[in-house]
Amino acid sequence: MNKEHIKLSATAAKLWFGTKQVLKNVTVAFPENKITALIGPSGCGKSTLLRCFNRMHDLSPDARIEGKFLLEEQNLYKGNLTATAVRRRIGMVFQQANPFPKSIYEKINYGLKINDIPKHERPAIIENALKESYIWDEVKDDLQKPATKLSGGQQQRLCIARTVALRPEVILMDEPCSALDPISTSKVEELILKLKKDYTIVIVTHNMQQAQRIADKTVFMYLGEIIEAGDTHQLFNKPQQEMTGNYVKGHFG
Amino acid sequence: MQLATREKIDNAAKLLFRMTGLMVIAILAGILLMLLWNTAAFFLKVKPFDFITGTQWNPSGSPAIYGMLPLLVSTSLVTFGAMCIAIPLGIGTASFLSDYAGKKLKSILKPAIEMLASVPSVAIGFLGIVVLGPGIAGMTGQSNGLNALNGAILLAIMSLPTIITVTQDALEGVPNAYKEASYSVGANRWQTLILVTIPAAAPGILAAIMLGVGRAIGETMTVLMATGNVSAFPKGFFHSVRTMTATIAIEMGEVPYQTTHYYGLFAIAAVLFLMTLLVNVVGEYFVNKYRKYQAA
Repeated sequence: MNKEHIKLSATAAKLWFGTKQVLKNVTVAFPENKITALIGPSGCGKSTLLRCFNRMHDLSPDARIEGKFLLEEQNLYKGNLTATAVRRRIGMVFQQANPFPKSIYEKINYGLKINDIPKHERPAIIENALKESYIWDEVKDDLQKPATKLSGGQQQRLCIARTVALRPEVILMDEPCSALDPISTSKVEELILKLKKDYTIVIVTHNMQQAQRIADKTVFMYLGEIIEAGDTHQLFNKPQQEMTGNYVKGHFG
Repeated sequence: MQLATREKIDNAAKLLFRMTGLMVIAILAGILLMLLWNTAAFFLKVKPFDFITGTQWNPSGSPAIYGMLPLLVSTSLVTFGAMCIAIPLGIGTASFLSDYAGKKLKSILKPAIEMLASVPSVAIGFLGIVVLGPGIAGMTGQSNGLNALNGAILLAIMSLPTIITVTQDALEGVPNAYKEASYSVGANRWQTLILVTIPAAAPGILAAIMLGVGRAIGETMTVLMATGNVSAFPKGFFHSVRTMTATIAIEMGEVPYQTTHYYGLFAIAAVLFLMTLLVNVVGEYFVNKYRKYQAA
């Protein structure tokens, strides 16, 4: 467990929205090429923590962040590193598949355009990203179709394709399956498992079974603090903390 | 209080306010009828085609000439100029307010902009005569600066609050998820604004523009004071013009009752009414489309 290479980490992270403290001294590390699940009841700060890593809180004027956030050795908040450069290396998939009315092609092309990838390289990258996300066969016949015409699960896989097209190092996922039916969910999970070999994945989920199905590591948070972190199997079956046990067994939350 | 008494008061209130509501419709219909009636009287004496396309407005000459094209072009020129200034500034300011400005700055700017909307048009006219006029005159070497450009700038100032407020509402109505998705692939604020937020808010922004145009076309006092009021065919922004509204306001006070000239002013008003109605209907259409989009 100690030999793992740590890709992404936070040390003594604290975050306030206005006067309300949402993260209280969080220290956590995410190993490379592993899937780590963040679990915990609503409002415990899982999504807030996730968003610290790609600097999404830069957009909320009343958020105040302390602590050290590292990607490899790079401090994400120090020096001349811009938020856009951070987001290029740390991609994100959201809870809701973004319903912006664009075509399937345009949706992935957008990120490539933003990042100044030469025009002639884009079609190949888009095709590749769709193949990697296992949605190519379903959409290849009509890439100009509005993305909103796809099913929820397809849209979510398209969002993953949009993220992998940019070759980030880390992919953050904020409850990517919470709006999906079980069949779509299993397809997305299958995809996440396949992405593991190329990316470091951190996924916020409310679904205990999902965490057990896909995550190598699980982190349990409660009221802005990390209660327990460890191998998924151990955390669910032999939790060190009583609270963890109560939560994963569904006694509260 | 007795139940019966309460019922009576309730019914009386209902009756009163129903009548107020109906009265609005009656007044609107009355104005429209009056306009149409007098316009019809005018068109019995002057052909509509000559009225619209005639290039000279000289009702006191002999023979009197009733060609409203110079007035129509003046109004269009001033409105067009005003929109050239107000649309980019308005959208820019609204974008700044919705996406860039801090809370503190916003809390000062927003009320200030709304206050600008409540400045009486006469006061804005003063600004045109006292500040803008001499300024333009000095820069162009003309004897006075009362011209189409002056009016356009003032109208731009007057329509800015409407354009800014409605555009800002439209921009802020764009779901956060759209912006976040854009940021998450590495877009900066400017790219997100231009490529995502503004296109998504386009119907609302179009509505804002239409409302601004409507305000500019119908404005009377400011253009009357600032544009010089020469009813010759307008030659450009640096020449004095006389808009439709100014013409009506100037001549209505002096015209003999029920003459062709008198009817002619009503005809101008009817054309003006049609123009603002059209702009408002188009604006409303976009506002509704935008609301539907919001709900979805």
